[in-house]
Amino acid sequence: MLTIGTGNKAVALAVRDAKPVVVAAYPITPQTEIVEEIANYVADGSMDARYIPVESEHSSMAACIGAAATGVRTFTATSSHGLVYMCEMLHMTAGARLPIVMANANRALGPGWNIGAEHSDSLSMRDTGWLQCYAGTAQEAYDATFMAFRIAEHANVLLPVMINLDGFLLTHITQPFDTVDPEGFLPPTSTPHAIDIENPGGYGTLTTGSEHFKFRWDIERGMRDSVAVIKEVEEAFAAKYGRRYDMVEEYRCEDAEVVIIAMGTLGKEMEVAVDMLRNEGVRAGSMRVRWFRPFPVIDLADKEVVVIDRDYSFGYGGILANELRAKCGCRPFSVIAGLGGQDVTYKDIASFVRMREEDGEYWFGVDA
Amino acid sequence: MAIPDEEYILKTTSACAGCPSSLILRYVTKAAGPDTVLVIPACCTSVIQGVYPTTAMNIPVYNVAFASAAAVGSGMSEAFRASGRKTNVICYAGDGGTVDIGIQALSGALERGNDFLYICYDNEAYSNTGMQRSGATPLAARTTTTPAGKTDHKKDLDAIVAAHNPVYQATACAAYPMDLYNKVVKALSIPGPKFMHVLAPCPPGWRFPSDETVEMGKLAVKSGMWVLWERDHGKLAITGASKAAMKKRIPVADYLTRQGRFKGITDDQITEIQAMVDRTIGCLQKEVESEC
Repeated sequence: MLTIGTGNKAVALAVRDAKPVVVAAYPITPQTEIVEEIANYVADGSMDARYIPVESEHSSMAACIGAAATGVRTFTATSSHGLVYMCEMLHMTAGARLPIVMANANRALGPGWNIGAEHSDSLSMRDTGWLQCYAGTAQEAYDATFMAFRIAEHANVLLPVMINLDGFLLTHITQPFDTVDPEGFLPPTSTPHAIDIENPGGYGTLTTGSEHFKFRWDIERGMRDSVAVIKEVEEAFAAKYGRRYDMVEEYRCEDAEVVIIAMGTLGKEMEVAVDMLRNEGVRAGSMRVRWFRPFPVIDLADKEVVVIDRDYSFGYGGILANELRAKCGCRPFSVIAGLGGQDVTYKDIASFVRMREEDGEYWFGVDA
Repeated sequence: MAIPDEEYILKTTSACAGCPSSLILRYVTKAAGPDTVLVIPACCTSVIQGVYPTTAMNIPVYNVAFASAAAVGSGMSEAFRASGRKTNVICYAGDGGTVDIGIQALSGALERGNDFLYICYDNEAYSNTGMQRSGATPLAARTTTTPAGKTDHKKDLDAIVAAHNPVYQATACAAYPMDLYNKVVKALSIPGPKFMHVLAPCPPGWRFPSDETVEMGKLAVKSGMWVLWERDHGKLAITGASKAAMKKRIPVADYLTRQGRFKGITDDQITEIQAMVDRTIGCLQKEVESEC
């Protein structure tokens, strides 16, 4: 059903349609609207779930862990300081192999206080064992959140999934999007290691180093297998609902000499920049990385690369740029742009391409 | 009420000799029965249950992060209830995981009214990590981080919990299993958030011989350093051995001087602790007599 709403509303509707049994959440800007909407759905009966209004984000993930441990579908949402506050529990979730789905409204971290979009919150969680997807539109926020449950709960994955959406730029911008008839897409939740009273056991007990090592490998195996599961679920979604996604969304890349790579709403903006550059005779293309974990394999042979990061790893570099350097063997021009919600237009993005230099780094709005 | 023969804590634990936590857990689980999940944050019981893939517990035990027990218990209870199950959810946490790092989650869960039982077994220190001070460590007790004796009083956890007005709240002691057992049975019969605070005299931490755990608990109760009571829907009652102890108490010095952790305690500190105990018991007696 075609509707109009914010990215937050799209996420809330997707959660409603996925029918979780427990939602535990704490409000934080700019995620708040997601949990307000869900609280309303539960209150008016359009969603048959238990909504637990916890006292902190650490507890929201803890409550989700307790619920998911019994084998029920579980959701929460957070942002920025909330996400880093629950960091410990993110490790616990992946370690316990609980298929919890969470939306994160990407936002800068203080000080000073800044509520603008930035990927530093979620990217600082990249090693927690969570799958991470970055949405570019409200439609994609809806679709990705809905699909996330099937991916997370797949027997070959059983890992938590984080759907990221840029604070305000996506959470608060009103767009048209289509909701789906959820019937028949999400199978009943099946957690093989759910608490079983008839067969009591210890969960998360003390482990020796060698056993711990095997558990870490199992997480990695789930992460590697998730690539095929993501493709399978997105293919099934396309077959049923007609909207098709890939781990990386390419735009005019076939004959491109220079490729711009980014995530989230910056990734959509650069598609306009590509058209503009093409009109100027620059053979540009763009790649929007949707899934950051597992990290996609991208063929960048014989291409110049410009990467835009709405994040930074201090003392090292733009995080996406460095992942691409390490994983795809390219020597990109790394642009740091849009921190704290800084405005970055398609004209700015086109200008980054014009000033590119191999293996360079440029801080937009800071470098002279 | 007869205590069942069924054992849920088996003879394969990694507990220290004379461990009060395993003693308490034995009666807690007997009272709760097989349809029960234990939620355990980092604490001595993380170790007592043994090393993967074996377990010394005959009911499911879910191990969680230090600060998160009450929140995990909330989510677990809500999920069970949503699925139509009455399964007991019991958070079993030490004093550090309750009065210090876990107090926010505990406060939130009590306020929300989630249906679960939270038990704090209180050995008055971070025993699992080698006996550092916690907010529950009493005045003058020596720990590895208060080598000259703690200069602050024990945090009044029971008053903090009482301020949340849980449906049922009680104290107990490892030395009095029948009192403990009856309270757990009663607590689990009432829907809503329940809280129990159980004294756990710890031989290596408190520095007394490991065959004196029960005796040390009895001294705590007889001196009034620990009072057995319950508050059922707000109404306070003194229970078990404390009913007699309230009438005729032994001096707190008889309890304190039997433990190595109080080596070096001054006469002034003993007087201060005695005065505090007298005051606390006076307040409890007034509350018992009051109508509100």
